[in-house]
Order: sequence, then structure tokens, then C-alpha cells
Amino acid sequence: MRFQFKTSYGQDIRLFRDKIAASWYGLLAVAALALPVILSEYYVGETTWVFIYAIGGISLMVLVGYTGLVSLGHAAFLGIGAYAHAFFLQHGMPWVVSLVLAVLITTASGLVVGLPALRMTGIYLAIATLAFAVIIQEVFSRWESVTHGFAGMPVAKPVIFGVPFEDDRSFYYLCLFFLVLALWLTRNLLRSPTGRAWIAIRDSEIAAQSMGVNLAIYKSMAFAYSAALMGLAGALFAHKIAYLAPDIFTILLSIQFLLLVIVGGLGSLHGAVFGAIFVALLPPVIAILRDSIPDSMADAASTTGIAAIGVVGELIGNFLKKPGVEAGIFGLILVLVILLEPLGIYGRWLKIRLFFSTFPMYKAATFKRQKSYMRSERLR
Amino acid sequence: MSFFEADQLSIHFGGIRAVDGVSFAVEQGEVFTIIGPNGAGKTTIFNLVSRIYEPTAGRLSFNGTDITNVPPHQIAALGIARTFQNIELFEHATLLQNLLLARHAHKKSGFFSELLFLPSVRRMEIEHREAVEKAIDFLDLQQYRDSLIVNLPYGVRKVTELARALCTDPRLLLLDEPSSGLNVEETEDMAFWIQDIRDLLGITVLMVEHDMSLVSAVSDRVLALNYGRPLAMGTPAEVQAHPEVIRAYLGG
Repeated sequence: MRFQFKTSYGQDIRLFRDKIAASWYGLLAVAALALPVILSEYYVGETTWVFIYAIGGISLMVLVGYTGLVSLGHAAFLGIGAYAHAFFLQHGMPWVVSLVLAVLITTASGLVVGLPALRMTGIYLAIATLAFAVIIQEVFSRWESVTHGFAGMPVAKPVIFGVPFEDDRSFYYLCLFFLVLALWLTRNLLRSPTGRAWIAIRDSEIAAQSMGVNLAIYKSMAFAYSAALMGLAGALFAHKIAYLAPDIFTILLSIQFLLLVIVGGLGSLHGAVFGAIFVALLPPVIAILRDSIPDSMADAASTTGIAAIGVVGELIGNFLKKPGVEAGIFGLILVLVILLEPLGIYGRWLKIRLFFSTFPMYKAATFKRQKSYMRSERLR
Repeated sequence: MSFFEADQLSIHFGGIRAVDGVSFAVEQGEVFTIIGPNGAGKTTIFNLVSRIYEPTAGRLSFNGTDITNVPPHQIAALGIARTFQNIELFEHATLLQNLLLARHAHKKSGFFSELLFLPSVRRMEIEHREAVEKAIDFLDLQQYRDSLIVNLPYGVRKVTELARALCTDPRLLLLDEPSSGLNVEETEDMAFWIQDIRDLLGITVLMVEHDMSLVSAVSDRVLALNYGRPLAMGTPAEVQAHPEVIRAYLGG
């Protein structure tokens, strides 16, 4: 068990808790930098998806996990960022300018969507953002002079200051850079007054207001910042997917992002990254299992001579090949997480960490919460 | 002109006159208590003062300025802080973060300097922490500094709310039933703290309270309400002996 002895205010403010925590993150950074050298092109590409999803996850985490505003329309922001970036690139703008413009446009649209949020909460806000997403998707398919509708829109490979990022490995580093940037900026906000105001709005609007927080300004700020990050994720998404079509940015994608923040653990940046790993890697894992389970179980059947193993393997393989299985597994996991681990993967991570740091004195009751009904609902 | 004045303050919810023509004046440096049976309109007056409710009629003035039309988020910057009857802390944040949020009215940094966490932001943060530490010290909350509010017992949460209100550097402190849910000992501590807040920190206190022992221990003046209308005003002893007040509480 390690106790932290605090001797200065700086200790509460700095990025990493102590030198030990900082060195763990350093190791993680080294691992992330070394990954493309070790892994094959395919896995590098899949990890790039994790980074892009993580940026989107941070975006939604700011809104849902920290400010307590629900959005079912974040795929629309992703789409706006992606289409805007592709459009500007197509018209010959330099990569950096195009990216900045795409982020600015998404920020502006976030501000517009944020306006009704000043008067709506909970399920009503979810419906309003959902309506926005449906409208935007319709715009993507109809505004053919810009988006080319269902004919699709090719996206050029990024060329930054004359340096091409053509293969998967260099694009991996580009995405890693933007993920670290997004994490750093968001962490800065969260440790300064703006982040505290967001958390205050989440936990008690009336108290936040009485302490001097202008609800309208901070809620629109959360929406705008969240949209900006989603626009950034969208621009990278456009490069990664290489060909944009309106049916990519559906409500299912929005729900996938919501799933990401809930499974990862609401109210933590770690949660956004954990959730991204989960959401981005589950489909390839299912694909791998689909092929490998019947084969390996057939091998086991022939070596042991028990035919039943081969039959079971065949059944699992067939089940995983059925359409819609992926969405079903996502749904099942979401239900299980909400029932069994409301704090998400990050909550489980905290428990495991506490178990080892207090071994053998771990108390399971540390994370038990008593439901309290003291706060008044009348004034909200 | 008094330090804080409510003049013919009224609010009607449909046909219900929750507060009906209440006038009172609080002098600087006193503890002014509002008492009354349940539903008398005490908390409603607090919500009017902190501008959460819009008064139907009447005026509020603080330190010579009219605050009847000030938006609720600017009340803290003027120097009025409050606590809530049903504790309204930020439950999934630490005690320290709760108190730091109370410094929001004194925030000077802009969005972009916070985004990059410039040295000026760091300097401000440390200043806020120094201010917060004074309140932690004053109310003996050191050992709970880094605990999440959800993990704290009720009594400590009550004190935390008081600390959070103090962190805004108020000149007028509104305490909504500071002793509700506290045991005898904690109520005594609360009485000492309220006296210290008045005498040592020089903060004027406007309080709603049911516990008459606390009221008579700390109040300089008391206003009794019933059905949104004032019944009596004076020293605690005078108000307690007033026949109208006795009738309101005991019936008859």
C-alpha cells in the first residue's frame, strides 16, 4: 500500500499523480510508438481505428460523462467533419487548413445543436439530437453538389506540408498524435475552472448556478467542444475509410459511440480509451473467431476422436456467420455492463488496481454505494 | 438603507401565495433568522433572494444596489452565497473540487488559456487552492479533502456545503436549515461556527432554522412567518413569547 504525501498544491494540479504513474504512461507511449514495427499491417490498421474511436469517445465523454447531457446524434458531427474535410481537400486546400476549417464547421454546428440543450435535459435532449442526426444524414444524401450523395466521395490520402502519409503505418502515427493532443487538451480543461463547471452542471444545476456558473454558456461550450473533437475524429475517419457515403453516418454509429462511453466508464478519460479499444476491436475479434473456432475444434475432434467437439465448433462458426450477430453481441454486452459494472471497464480497472495495491486487505465494500434520495428534484 | 432589504416581497404559484408581502431588513454583521411552520415560505424566500424564482411583486436590494433583476449566476459574484436544505453538493467530485467550484465567481482565465493550461491558469489555480484551504482549515475538513462526496456521511456533507458557501468569499451568507439532520453535538458545533462566521469573518448571516435552541443561541433578530405572511419580528425571546407565533405553532 502506497500513501501519497502531499506537500504542495502543484501535486494536485499536475498531469500525472507521481513519478511512478508518469513512468507507466511513458512505457505505454513507448509501446504505442513501437507497435507498428512489431505488428503486421492489418493490425496496425485496426489499432488506428481504436485511436479514431478514442478521439470520438473523448468528445462524447465530455458531453455525456462530464456535463451530463445525452446525445444520440454524434455520428452527424463525425459526418460533418468527414465530409467537410473531404470537400476542402477535393478543392485543393492544404491539409492543415482543410482540417482546421472542418473542425470549425463542426464546432459551429455543435453550437447550433447546443441551443435547444439549454432548455432540454435527459430523454428530450436525446430525441432532439437524434432528430438532428436524421436531418443531417438526409442532407448528406441529398446535397449532391457537395457530398455526391449515394455515388460516394473519395478521400485523398493526407499530405501534410509536402509529406505524404500514404501507408497504414504513417497514418497510425498521425492518428496517435491527434489522440494524444485531444487527451492533453481535454485533461487541461478538466483540471481548470471550465471542467469543474461542467462536472458541477452534471451533478447539480441549481448549486452550480448559485456558485456563479452561467448554465447557458457552459452547456453550449460543452456542446461546441465536443463537436470540435468529433469533427477532428471525422476528418481522420474520412482518410481511414477512404470513401464516404451517407449510409455510414447512421444512428447505429451514434449508438456505438454511446456504447463506447458507457462500456468504457462514464466520467473518465481512461474510460473513453478503454471503450474505444472495446468497440473498435470487437468486430475484428468476432471475425477471427468465426474462422478459427470451427477449424481448431475440428482439429481437436480429429486428434481426440470425439466427433461432438467438431459438431459444436461447426455450430458456433455458423452462428457467428449469421447477419446481425455483431449488433446482438454489442447489445448483450451493453446490458451486462449496465447490470454488473455500472462504472464500466474503467471501474473494473480501478477495482483490480485497488486489489493489488491493498493486497491482502482489499475490501469489496469500498465501491458499494448507498442510494440516497436527499437531493430535491423540484428545482431542476 | 440597510445592508440587505426585502421590500413587499411576494411570489404566487397559481392561486397559492407562497410569500405574500414580506418586508425585512438585515443589518451588516448580524445573524437574522427566519422561522415558521412547514410550508410557511421560508425556503421560497431563499430561492427568491438567490434569484432562482422570479418574484411576483416586491424588490430586493443588497448593499445599496437593486438585485431584483440580476440573473442567478451573478448573485455569487455580488457576494451572496447559500446552502441548500436538501444538500446540493456535486456528489461524484471530491470535496476539494466542490470547494474549488465555489471559486468560479472569481475565475479570470479564458477558455483558450485553460485549453493549453498556460502558466497564468496554473497560478490562478494555486491561488484558488490557497483560498479553499482556509475554509477547510476553518471547518476542520482536512481529513476529507480528497474523498468523493458520495462516500461522506451526512453530517460532513452538511459542513461541506457551509465550506463551499464560504469559498465564494461572501458578504451575505444564506443558510437553509443548517442543523437539519444533525445530532445534538453537530448542532452545537454548527452554532459555534455560525458565531465565528459572524464575529471572526465578519459575514452577515441570513438563516432559516427550526431548531429553537440553535436559533436563540446565535440569532440577533428573528422573523416569524406563517402562510407566507409575517407574524412577528424581534429578538429570539420576544418572538418566542409572541402570542401569534405560539398560536401558529401550537394551534388554537
